Amino acid sequence: MINFVYLIPLFPLLGCVTLMLVGKKMGEPSAGYFATAASGLSFIATVVTFFGLRALDVEERQVTKTLFEWVPAGNFSANAGFLVDPLSVAMLLFITGIGTLIHLYSVGYMHGDENFSKFFLYLNMFIFAMSILVLGDNLLLTFLGWEGVGACSYFLVSFWFSEEKNAMAGKKAFITNRVGDWGFMVATFLAFASIGSIDYLTINGTAAQLSTPVLAAMVLLLFVGVMGKSAQFPLYLWLPDAMAGPTPVSALIHAATMVTSGVYLLTRVNGLVYEALLHAQWVTNIIAWVGVGTAFFAATIAIAQTDIKKVLAYSTVSQLGYMVLAVGSGVFVAAIFHMITHAFFKALLFLGSGSVIHGMDNDQDMRRYGGLRKLLPITSATFIIGWLAIAGVPPFAGFWSKDEILLSAWELGGINGKLLWFFGLITALMTGFYMSRQVFLTFYGDYRFGDPDKDEVDQAWDGYIAHAEAEKDEAITAREAAATKLEEANVAVESRNVAFAKAQMEVTQTTSEDDLAKAQKALDTASGALEKAEAGVVSAQDELTAASALVDVKDQAVSSVKSEAARRVEPEPGEQRTAGAASDFLPDAVAKRAEHHPHESGWQMATPLVILAFLSIVGGVIQLPFTSEVHFLENWLEPALTFEHKFASSAGTKVALAVVAIIAGAVGIMAAVSVYLRNQGDPAKIEKQILFDGWGYDRAVTAFMGGPGAKMFDAITWLDANIVDGMVNGTGSLVRGTGSTVRRFQNGLVRSYAMSITLGSIGLLVWFVVRIAA
Amino acid sequence: MLTPTYYLVLSALVFSIGAFGVLVRRNPLIMFMCVELMLNAVNLTFIGLAWGLNDIGGQVSVFFVMVVAAAEVVVGLAIVVAIMRRRDGATADDLSVLRG
Amino acid sequence: MINLANNLLFAAEGGTEVSFPVLTSLIVIPFLGAIGVALVPKGRVEVHRLVALMASVVTGAMSVWVLLNFDRNDGGFQFRNPDPNVWIESLGIRWDLAVDGISLFLVVLTGFLFPLAIVGVKPEHSPKNYYAWIILLEAGVMGVFMTLDLFFFFVFFEVVLVPMYFLIGSWGHGNRIYAATKFFIFTMFGSALMLVGILAIVFLHEDATGIVTFDVVALAEGQNWGDTVGRWVFLSFVLAFSVKVPVFPVHTWLPDAHTEAPTAGSVILAGVMLKLGTYGFFRYGLYLFPEAATWFAPVLMILGTIGILYGAAAATMQKDLKRLVAYSSVAHLGFIVLGTFAITTESLTGSVSQMVNHGLSTGALFFLVGWMYERTKTRQISELGGIQKSAPLFAGFFTLVMLSSVGLPGLNGFVGEFLILLGAFVANPWIASVAATGVIFAAVYLLWAYQRVFHGKPRGEHTDMEELRPSELMVLMPMVVLIVFLGVYPKPMLERIEPSIEVLVAHIDENVDDWTEPTADVLIAEDSHDDEEGEEGGEGEE
Repeated sequence: MINFVYLIPLFPLLGCVTLMLVGKKMGEPSAGYFATAASGLSFIATVVTFFGLRALDVEERQVTKTLFEWVPAGNFSANAGFLVDPLSVAMLLFITGIGTLIHLYSVGYMHGDENFSKFFLYLNMFIFAMSILVLGDNLLLTFLGWEGVGACSYFLVSFWFSEEKNAMAGKKAFITNRVGDWGFMVATFLAFASIGSIDYLTINGTAAQLSTPVLAAMVLLLFVGVMGKSAQFPLYLWLPDAMAGPTPVSALIHAATMVTSGVYLLTRVNGLVYEALLHAQWVTNIIAWVGVGTAFFAATIAIAQTDIKKVLAYSTVSQLGYMVLAVGSGVFVAAIFHMITHAFFKALLFLGSGSVIHGMDNDQDMRRYGGLRKLLPITSATFIIGWLAIAGVPPFAGFWSKDEILLSAWELGGINGKLLWFFGLITALMTGFYMSRQVFLTFYGDYRFGDPDKDEVDQAWDGYIAHAEAEKDEAITAREAAATKLEEANVAVESRNVAFAKAQMEVTQTTSEDDLAKAQKALDTASGALEKAEAGVVSAQDELTAASALVDVKDQAVSSVKSEAARRVEPEPGEQRTAGAASDFLPDAVAKRAEHHPHESGWQMATPLVILAFLSIVGGVIQLPFTSEVHFLENWLEPALTFEHKFASSAGTKVALAVVAIIAGAVGIMAAVSVYLRNQGDPAKIEKQILFDGWGYDRAVTAFMGGPGAKMFDAITWLDANIVDGMVNGTGSLVRGTGSTVRRFQNGLVRSYAMSITLGSIGLLVWFVVRIAA
Repeated sequence: MLTPTYYLVLSALVFSIGAFGVLVRRNPLIMFMCVELMLNAVNLTFIGLAWGLNDIGGQVSVFFVMVVAAAEVVVGLAIVVAIMRRRDGATADDLSVLRG
Repeated sequence: MINLANNLLFAAEGGTEVSFPVLTSLIVIPFLGAIGVALVPKGRVEVHRLVALMASVVTGAMSVWVLLNFDRNDGGFQFRNPDPNVWIESLGIRWDLAVDGISLFLVVLTGFLFPLAIVGVKPEHSPKNYYAWIILLEAGVMGVFMTLDLFFFFVFFEVVLVPMYFLIGSWGHGNRIYAATKFFIFTMFGSALMLVGILAIVFLHEDATGIVTFDVVALAEGQNWGDTVGRWVFLSFVLAFSVKVPVFPVHTWLPDAHTEAPTAGSVILAGVMLKLGTYGFFRYGLYLFPEAATWFAPVLMILGTIGILYGAAAATMQKDLKRLVAYSSVAHLGFIVLGTFAITTESLTGSVSQMVNHGLSTGALFFLVGWMYERTKTRQISELGGIQKSAPLFAGFFTLVMLSSVGLPGLNGFVGEFLILLGAFVANPWIASVAATGVIFAAVYLLWAYQRVFHGKPRGEHTDMEELRPSELMVLMPMVVLIVFLGVYPKPMLERIEPSIEVLVAHIDENVDDWTEPTADVLIAEDSHDDEEGEEGGEGEE
């Protein structure tokens, strides 16, 4: 039954190739179900292999199945061979299992996408590559899978490639991983150069004979690879960006499986790491500290994220840090245990977030969620289970595995172990906090999807102020118009006055009867006009007064709006930021959101959620800390580990540590409850901008790459075009210059040539004579 | 007693006349004739030495020189005549189209 | 003359019983093809194309026949006429052809790429001359790879310049005359001293043995020149090959030539002609001057490493897509140089396979870039964008070929690179570790270029680029199949290369007193190696 192992990569490979050829024709949803079936068959093959392996004696549970010799050259040889042992099978069980669930989920999630079948092609390709990674019996074959999953990750992150951001994220993921791959490759060379073989069994078997520097170098180089793939500081940068991919991808690749392969690799070469732990502890200390440091660092960043997937991404980085800590402490079982439980609950959380995003019209901003508990019942129920699991609440899965890691750090002993444990504990506290924050923001509180958020409120107030100012300007214009009118009226009165005086003069000076009557009439007319003009002045005066008053009113309105805006934008403690009077000026997107009705996802998406929720509840069962009989995982993995690790602490210590861990998680949750559920305290004080920016590290790296890095490359390009090629072209022009100087001797005059010949002959003659004479 | 020296002296004289002529005259035809003089001066050297050394090789060489000279005259004269036809009274100094 | 013709055509060649001079025909058929093209009157475009295609296809088929009949256990020269035809007796110049594991795949690659180049791209004008030159080029290239006579080697090595000069100069783009001239002068300059070197060693050999011969095997076995002379002459050869490869800092002809060359020219230039230099390093560097090669090896390893990093850095900032691919060639060839002068069985095997792999993947890249230029009339990265939207199949093939070039395991590019670095690590861990960073940069420049050209929103005037045509697909498919096959199962290639490499390493070991193959200080190599050999023996018996 062990031979079923060949089928594990075969099914997804066939699925991938089939989809490549006829995927477009299959269309939606057949292509999706087909890929799901391929992955499912692979899972079944894994289960069969698992039972096949179980049927063997414990000592014989490491079987190498060789397909063919892959790269033979000189003394070097790498097979395409599978190492079937408890470790690889355990990994495969959850990879193909969760993989199948996520395939199914994707059928619902990717509904309506124009590249529907291509998505499943990549997913199948991923399962294939991942199974090769896990099954490879030597470093090189693992490297094939390692790079293969990296390529799949690249394809899938930039799946919606039309967005520049997604394409960028995919590229960043691949390149950052390549930096780690450098370490992996050089470690492979070193293994060949020092051991003569890159097979895991040989490496683990001969690790004890290696000299300490070589051992240290090899482990550290491998760890560079791990930093890339398992997103440890300083190479974690790609993982948060990788969230640009479709959510099922984040769940499968960037949470449950691919990112854990670094931890798997270190476990695969556990003989090596264990030797390092014994003889070069500084190496494993580096691993442990990078792990716990990453866990802590990422947790601080997760606290301030507003994107639902970003929180989970940083949480993944943090949890991977825990696993690396476990490896650095030499407790591989704990690492694998946490890897499995993490795969359950983190896949669950990601799929849940996908379901939320799907239900919320692809909006990923948690601040806009709230109160979704009633609207998305299945999603919220399962998500809450995932939350309890990751927050370390007993008896959910995460509690048991996290507890074991903290215990293993504690047992390293000395101040070093205590410090590692302490940071792990603080991280657990923060995990409780940020995960609770996420849950409360998303599922509890009021439904506020239609509510404007900070930027939108600002925008509204800006709009309102602009509106008031525009009205004020209008009033000022009106006032000016009135003033002009008044002036005109005054001028008119003046001119009428003159006319009236003139008419009066006429009346007094006129003697003739006729003329008098005429003048009298003119005087009447003039007096009428004057009266009218004076009335005009009065009305213009009134108008001006009114306009001025209006300006005053509008001016007051502007300042009141401004003060209101200022108060709203920087509210007093306890006061809610609202658009208030400015509601009319909110962007259209708000109205569109307000009209949106969240909807629960279809059965394809709900089923995996429920199954994973179940696993997140009971996952801890595989490794219970009570007696050695219930260490199921440890007992199962034992043949794959070159040594047996037993916790030395007394039962009392264990219980005490567990209680402390529970309290830490609870404190985190309670803090979140008070801030986000009961609104006691200002979230802005916790969600600092610097945390939101990830301590500015990403920006600094990007700035370096885009700045001095690019400049250096530009300088090389310039150097090439101007100095290196310049020398070539310089040689060319030197030759041309010499030529044009020398060509003057070629003047075309036969007689001057003859002269040169003659002179030359005479010269030669003289030389001969002198030579002979001497 | 007739020694090769006489021939050599004569040949040197003829050669010098020819060389001088090539250098100072501008008429291509005259220059040509001067070149012929030089060639024949060399021929004279060959003959004289062949006679003095009693070696037939010198005389053979003369045939080569004469053949070359004949060929040269054919080609050279043809060129000179062709040029003369195109422009009137061209001297050697006027013909510098091969200037670099 | 009649005797010579008789011998050429009918004499038996090769260790295997072949009554037909197959290697000779690999040169003669394309040569006749060129004459055939020249004889067909102008204006009959299709006939020119057909004649050239027929000649190249027949040559390709015969090269495949050679591959199939190659004895993979024999590391020596095969298909060699035991009594080669003498051309100029007094000078010992002989028409002496053979292949071994090193040249075999280059011959096959040549036979494979030329038909594709002829099918893949049509010339913009004067098809007659174009096809004549291109098929003549094939004859020259084949000659370089197969001859064992230094004189003929030099002749072929120089002859290939002429067709390429005209291909670039007449059918190229933009600044083509400058590029063609630069290419020609550079390579001529490089090989000028080589002729002196050839004569020097031939005369020194004559002084020692009394035999005038240009036979590279006799010369290499004899080693009848002192170390000092050997080093100088080696340098004259290295200069010639370095220009051809090209090795930093004499690489600057390549970006110009590649960029301005017509598509088929770029494909052949990258696919085959650069390998004349790297092949030269093997046959006329390591084999002919083992002492000097080991003496200069560290310098050349460093130059190779500089090439890797420098080519990558320069490629990153290129604005012209074709130029970018050209610079990537500088980086890839840097790997080959590194592997060649690390002088371990692994690295040498890797170098030879990398020659083939680079020919396939970069050849395919040049096809794709060329077709893109045909459609959009631009190679500027900034003027392209979002092409994946309108031409997903095109983008898919580009991705695959790009990943092969990046060195993704499972595709052909990885195998060579990995073996080179592995072997180089054994020879010098520091240099190899630095060179290995090249794999990071390869991802940087190619993925960045891909992102700008294929991802994002369709940009500029080229929003709907035409999808791959069936004829283009026909050209690409065989290359892609090989790219995948040689990545997944490189053993058939490696096991044919390796025996010759072992012979070469043994030859170096024998002729250099204070040199042994760098081997790792390993814990278990002996045991495992024995096991392997046992297994192999078992397989052989079956």
